[in-house]
Amino acid sequence: MRWPVRIGVTLLLLALYWGVGYVLEATIIEYVVRILLFCGINAILAVGLNLINGTTGQFSIGHAGFMAVGAYTAAWVVTQLELSLYGGRTDLAVWEVAVVFVPALGLGGLTAALAGVLVGVPSLHLRGDYLAIVTLGFGEIIRLVFNNWPALGGALGYSGDRPLGLSVHTNFFWVASVATLVITLIANFTHSSYGRALESIRDDEIAAEAAGIPTTRFKVLAFVISAASAGVAGGLFAHLQSAIQPNDFKFEKSIDMVVMIIIGGLGSVSGAVLGALFVGITLELTRDLSEYRLITYAMVLILLMLFRPQGILGTRELKLPFFGARS
Amino acid sequence: MNTPLLALDKVEKVFGGLRAIGGVSFDVFEGQIFGLIGPNGAGKTTLFNCITGHYRPEGGDVRFKGQSIVGKKPHTIALTGIARTFQNVRLFADMTVAENVLVPAHHRLRSGVFGAFFRSQLYLEDEGSLHRRADELLELFDLVKLKGEQASSLPYGSQRRLEIARALMLDPKVLLLDEPAAGLNSQEADKLTEQIKWLRDKFSLAVVLVEHNMRVVMGACEQVHCVDHGETIASGTPDYVQKHPAVLAAYLGKES
Repeated sequence: MRWPVRIGVTLLLLALYWGVGYVLEATIIEYVVRILLFCGINAILAVGLNLINGTTGQFSIGHAGFMAVGAYTAAWVVTQLELSLYGGRTDLAVWEVAVVFVPALGLGGLTAALAGVLVGVPSLHLRGDYLAIVTLGFGEIIRLVFNNWPALGGALGYSGDRPLGLSVHTNFFWVASVATLVITLIANFTHSSYGRALESIRDDEIAAEAAGIPTTRFKVLAFVISAASAGVAGGLFAHLQSAIQPNDFKFEKSIDMVVMIIIGGLGSVSGAVLGALFVGITLELTRDLSEYRLITYAMVLILLMLFRPQGILGTRELKLPFFGARS
Repeated sequence: MNTPLLALDKVEKVFGGLRAIGGVSFDVFEGQIFGLIGPNGAGKTTLFNCITGHYRPEGGDVRFKGQSIVGKKPHTIALTGIARTFQNVRLFADMTVAENVLVPAHHRLRSGVFGAFFRSQLYLEDEGSLHRRADELLELFDLVKLKGEQASSLPYGSQRRLEIARALMLDPKVLLLDEPAAGLNSQEADKLTEQIKWLRDKFSLAVVLVEHNMRVVMGACEQVHCVDHGETIASGTPDYVQKHPAVLAAYLGKES
């Protein structure tokens, strides 16, 4: 598509999301909207994680750490910007929110990407179980760093040092717009020459090297993009509530993401989105069983492995207008 | 025949206490079909791995166009012009035939990561030319009809052809074939002999062939190098090597 068309489509989508968000918030109870928002954030997380776990075949189970980096960064940036630009005013217009929120989400993604480089470069020389264990370890390290960082509230969490806590900016419009952007970019990437190189690493690393693919560099690239999207999702997550705590980003959060992509089908972008919706909705429906949540997960996974081990979509893609149709 | 295209100079490779390669030297010249033979476990595939950078030799030197390539990464060596196939056919099993051939084309992209993210004009042009090149190769190797099939679902013969097509996507100067005749009957082997010569002419390659099938080696190669226990035991024309007493002894055992 040419640039004028793309800009047109983008504006149309933004207007659409704005309208839908307005109607949703006016008509449907807040609780339902909130589930939708979580589903959207989950979708970003799942699509990002799928790039490294599914497409590249390198198992990471520490992505909650990158989400935390993004969440804390975004929360801090928003708080600082609001203080200096609006002096603590809370009745902000949409464009005023955009002025602080867009750079905050961007920086959240950027710092998460940097964390991804720091974690990825040493650990991506490992394979399989070893990589999983190391990423799990790094994920926990990141959480513990926030747990012991007094300026960011330590274990009590970060609320922007304000009595009202963090500004709640995340709504349908933001989640839908950001999710569409991130998912489209990652789908484009997956269905490009880069994506093919990543898949070749998954299928046979030695043959990929012999085919001229610098495997370590590509694994790090996939890992960093994946971490960046987790960071952006973290930024949206942070502004859904008035405070974020290190415990929001525990190991279970990483497992949630892994479950989403396994359910959806490792290696499929649209599968990851479906898996995210599935997990998001099931989590809500089984809220009463919350203590048994991990058991529910295990049951769902066992049933899935028995009856559909490749996940809902396998490695196939649903052909929707947003997924790879632009190639 | 001045400088050799690929030169091995006293290459040594040690695994723990085992001296797998003990100082093997040979030269491969442009346009040559070079046979590397020897009994099982003689170190032929190990030599291949030393050339392609999958192993790093402990001693000696490997030179490509006069430049040492020892210590370079396999992908760098592949991109400088040495492509290979594997003894047990290593395709990207879950990818389609066309995708398999497109993977080594990645280095031809002029556009970067952001081009792929945003589908820039340059990226789309690149992708178009990669596909055209891949289609040409698939056409030559009679794989066009199987383009959309998953690589692992192909019959064995087509998998071997696909692996060679994939290697050629790198535009190599040297093609290393590791036992291409394995599992072929004698008719197919004769056909392969012709195909190897055709490859050499069509793509102006030097071909290094590791092979047990003497029919293919004798039919295709201009120069044959025989190794056993990691040492050179004979080198020369196919006829000379075939009749060399050390070669006969290595394959058939000594007369008592």
